[in-house]
Amino acid sequence: MKNRSLVSIDDFSTEEILKILDLTKEFEKQPIRKLLAGKVIATLFFEPSTRTRLSFESAINRLGGKIVGFADASSSSVSKGETLNDTIRTVSNYCDLIVMRHPMEGSARFASEIATVPVINAGDGANQHPSQTLLDLYSIRKTQGKLDNLNIFMVGDLKYGRTVHSLMMAMSRWNTTFNFISPEELKMPDEFKLYLDNLGLKYYEHNDFTDIISRADIIYMTRVQKERFSDPIEYEKVKNVYVLRNSMLKNTKPNMRILHPLPRVNEIHQDVDNNPKAYYFEQALNGVYTRQAILCSLLGIK
Amino acid sequence: MKETKQMSVSAIQNGTVIDHVPASNLFKVIQILGLDRIDNQITFGTNLESKKLGRKAIIKISGVFFEDKDINRIALVAPDAKLNIIKDYEVVEKKVVEVPDNIIGIAKCMNPKCITNFESVTTRFRVVSKKNVALKCHYCEKITNQENLQII
Ligand SMILES: [Zn+2]
Repeated sequence: MKNRSLVSIDDFSTEEILKILDLTKEFEKQPIRKLLAGKVIATLFFEPSTRTRLSFESAINRLGGKIVGFADASSSSVSKGETLNDTIRTVSNYCDLIVMRHPMEGSARFASEIATVPVINAGDGANQHPSQTLLDLYSIRKTQGKLDNLNIFMVGDLKYGRTVHSLMMAMSRWNTTFNFISPEELKMPDEFKLYLDNLGLKYYEHNDFTDIISRADIIYMTRVQKERFSDPIEYEKVKNVYVLRNSMLKNTKPNMRILHPLPRVNEIHQDVDNNPKAYYFEQALNGVYTRQAILCSLLGIK
Repeated sequence: MKETKQMSVSAIQNGTVIDHVPASNLFKVIQILGLDRIDNQITFGTNLESKKLGRKAIIKISGVFFEDKDINRIALVAPDAKLNIIKDYEVVEKKVVEVPDNIIGIAKCMNPKCITNFESVTTRFRVVSKKNVALKCHYCEKITNQENLQII
């Protein structure tokens, strides 16, 4: 994987994905290692994403690397009208690897083609965010002991949720059964269902999940945002249907774990947090180890 | 029969006749092949009757013979186009166009948030369906299909 960029999860073969997950496990055991000593990593956040940026910067710091960059476009030369092309060409000279988040879709692919150093896509608009997908895969494998033949429930905004699309595509490599639970307006788009049809994978769509929750191995929660609804009354009608409460977890499988890409608003009630099946905060911690593994893989250090 | 149909636009001695172009896309074909920038004699007829297309156009270009990779560029806007290669007033070869596997620099990505609509980037698509043309953007990974296809 040395000198490759990570733009989309599909850029990596199943074997390569598993290699990163194995390496993530090593970093979980021993997170502080000076493997990036002497390296400079640029974190270019053309739109703010504090959580993702801090996770990458924590990963870089724990590895002893140095960071240059900016946290939002207003503090960079972009605000003076510089093209992405020029920014990437220039910054390539200053660093060993670029971590980039940008509001335009396809910007990361474009950057990876002009950069002379590897590029990690930390989110390009609604398109891809592969380090999130890898940390989700790691969290699933760690809690279930495997990736094969799981039953995954995806809940909430399945129409616009980039995270669930990427995770669904990635998990389709391991014979997953999917249950999609969403309001009518935010259903999984046809193109993704067609993708599963072509692979012959099973999926079921529901508007509610209280009756079927006992089948889940993983419940992946996402935020249902008011602004996604054309009719605010529709939002009011459904907003409480997609909230997970501790009382709902009574008949769930012992191995079941709840994931969420965070930040959460109210879709997981706080009374779930102390349930051992709540895994979202550990999931966020796994993100740091996953990013350590990605950085070292692309730099050819591990 | 065929001969008389083609006579509706005057014959050429040497060159290429592009037939069965949808009348509505005649000028797109001219643009894609760069026919508006060459000095060769070109005659075209449009809004001619066609059983298959309703109204079709024919372009006759004197003294020009296209490479397959160049002519296939028009497949997006004229998928049924047929080429007659003319030498000394005779049809010496017939060709059909084929939608290529990749489209580079012809089509515009329909996604308003795609980087190709903001930076000067040559567009690139993988053709995911040839029948009802569907193009997957190499950059934003969104699909542009026939209905929202725009030629740059
Ligand atoms: Zn695009």
